[in-house]
Amino acid sequence: MLDNLQLLFVYAPVMNIQMILDGIFVGAVFALSAYGLALVWGVMNVKNLAQGDFVIMGGYVAFSLYKLGIHPVIAIPIVAVCMFMFGWIVYIMIIRRVIDNDMFVSLLATFGLSLLLQQVMNLIYGPEVQTIDSHFPIFTMFDDFVTIPVVKIVSLALAMIFALAVVIFMKKSRMGQAIRATAQDARAARVLGINTDNVYAFTYSLNASICGVAGVLVSMIWVLQPFYGIVYSLRTFAIVTAAGLGNLPAVIGMSFALGWVEQYAGIIAGAEWQVASAVFMLLGVLMWRQIQLRRQRQVVR
Amino acid sequence: MYNKLSIALGTALAVGVAGVAGGAMAKVEGDTIILGSAISLSGKYSTNGLHTQRGYDFAVDRINEKGGVKVGGKSYKLAIKYYDDESTPARATQLAERLIQQDGVEFMLGPYGTGLTKAVAPVTEKFGVPMVEAEGASRSLFTQGYKYMFAVLSTSEYYLAPVLDVVAQRAKSEGKDPAKMRIGMAFENDGFSLDVRAGVLDVAKKYNMKIVIDDKLPADLSDMSATLTKFKALKPDILLVSGHSKGAATAARQIEEMKIQAPVVAITHCEAAKVHEKFPKSANGMMCPTQWLSNLPKKDAYFGTASQWNEDFKKLHPSYSAVPYQTAQASAAVLVFKDAFERANSFDQKQVRDALAATNMETFYGDIKFAPEGNNIAKPMFYRQIGADGSYKPIVSPADMTFPRKANY
Repeated sequence: MLDNLQLLFVYAPVMNIQMILDGIFVGAVFALSAYGLALVWGVMNVKNLAQGDFVIMGGYVAFSLYKLGIHPVIAIPIVAVCMFMFGWIVYIMIIRRVIDNDMFVSLLATFGLSLLLQQVMNLIYGPEVQTIDSHFPIFTMFDDFVTIPVVKIVSLALAMIFALAVVIFMKKSRMGQAIRATAQDARAARVLGINTDNVYAFTYSLNASICGVAGVLVSMIWVLQPFYGIVYSLRTFAIVTAAGLGNLPAVIGMSFALGWVEQYAGIIAGAEWQVASAVFMLLGVLMWRQIQLRRQRQVVR
Repeated sequence: MYNKLSIALGTALAVGVAGVAGGAMAKVEGDTIILGSAISLSGKYSTNGLHTQRGYDFAVDRINEKGGVKVGGKSYKLAIKYYDDESTPARATQLAERLIQQDGVEFMLGPYGTGLTKAVAPVTEKFGVPMVEAEGASRSLFTQGYKYMFAVLSTSEYYLAPVLDVVAQRAKSEGKDPAKMRIGMAFENDGFSLDVRAGVLDVAKKYNMKIVIDDKLPADLSDMSATLTKFKALKPDILLVSGHSKGAATAARQIEEMKIQAPVVAITHCEAAKVHEKFPKSANGMMCPTQWLSNLPKKDAYFGTASQWNEDFKKLHPSYSAVPYQTAQASAAVLVFKDAFERANSFDQKQVRDALAATNMETFYGDIKFAPEGNNIAKPMFYRQIGADGSYKPIVSPADMTFPRKANY
């Protein structure tokens, strides 16, 4: 461990540039699916355990299109639309029935959905690892030491554009306002004539669509496998829990923080700590929050 | 009332006994020997489960065509009763018990993979059912003292370790000191890959090679860039990765992305991950272990040479462009059973077990002779190096190897 720190800060400080860049690229993909989860959680109070499976599913849709000769970047809008429709179907068939029940029903329902999606993807695509080649070049700096694949820059840009579009949509559009109103007080929104059922369906579909876009980026940068969804579910839950619901800047900040923590944990403590570090980060944030809140906590005696 | 109950119980018992007796007959029904197997036909191992099943079936059909198994002067046909274990160990255990207790199967063929074989072996052992397995390579399977399990394949510690032997000899022949070579390696944190690692540690010690990176990859990690960044900083001579086909795909993708220029790169399961098709740049010069070669100069009376087996199998299943070794070793497992039945000249489980233990035969898959622990010690692991055109070239002697590998990113 000491050797690794020495390596990082004494012998090869250039490594840090690679780590920070990789952390940003990783974080951008997480930020998308984490924002989707924060939306669904905040507006509908549904904890969507199938979040990661939506990501992988989006990747597989892009993979199918790739087989038909469509470049993944061009496939993004198609995937977004497909996943939006899929989200709507899932809402009508499953989520609508559990939304008014307590938390555990929605957890169980989405967990079941997650298993179902995994197995269906396994039946269709097989358990083999699939990848998409985006044919983008790779930049190098510092005598080939730092490599920046253009695909990652493109992913970062696409993630930013998509996130921005969603934010503007939420602020400006009629539906966005309705979603925010429903999140604040569903009953009041209903009284004022907002069709909350429609808003819920739209929110859930929007989340599926955001996840699908994240999935396309995953398929270009990493690998697809029907059972990989859990990795993304775990990280998005860590991010959203740590950042809090309805706090977009915090969700994005946390996503990048998670990207960096994972990269550095992988170098310093070894790759076996890379995923574990996400959970440690969540623990750390929760403990810190607890201490912070305790200071302000007041009890009426 | 009491009487009625006891009659009912008695009847149930009698039916039960009859059922068991009937079941016990099931192993050889008329002129058919029934082998049992729980195999992964759905779930995450379903592709390889299917490869295995096709290998079993191919051998059964061929043996039946050529006169079947001759025991006690009578000719028997082979048949296999399959259940789908859904790629889960708990299900495999249940199904092994069902095959043995309800279906009365007395001889078993193995499931796919180390994890599932580990789940089935205690059951076959408990009931004294001889099992020949073809797909569980982990060393840890053969340290449990199992007496009824035999494996036709080479064990996991030979997957990457011999690469170091080849490299060391090659380095020596070029006047370089193998002790100056440094190793960076990453292994998935599971039984199989850690066995591969244990084998590597032994050989590295023998040549005094220094291990500068020794990472364990979590099972669901799809990003090993941290390990590779460290690799770039330390610049070891040898990169070793083992993590099944998803590990191979991740490694190949990121080696290319990060332009790793190690003189030697060896990865397990590169064929299964199709790295030569998907990542031709980083696959160039990669060393891949394999259990079997389709041009192996070995033969038997049923399939002929390795290449004849390969051709015949492709004729039956034209969807295969290259037949995986998983299929070949499955066929070999059935041959081993047939041979043991004939030598035992009986269907007594104990005698068949002893005949299996005394196996010493040549098959298209290679020589088969079992150690007392049940693993095959007669067949080595083979290595192939991927060429610039994506072809796989067998490495028979150290001079065949392209060293250092020249990746052209």
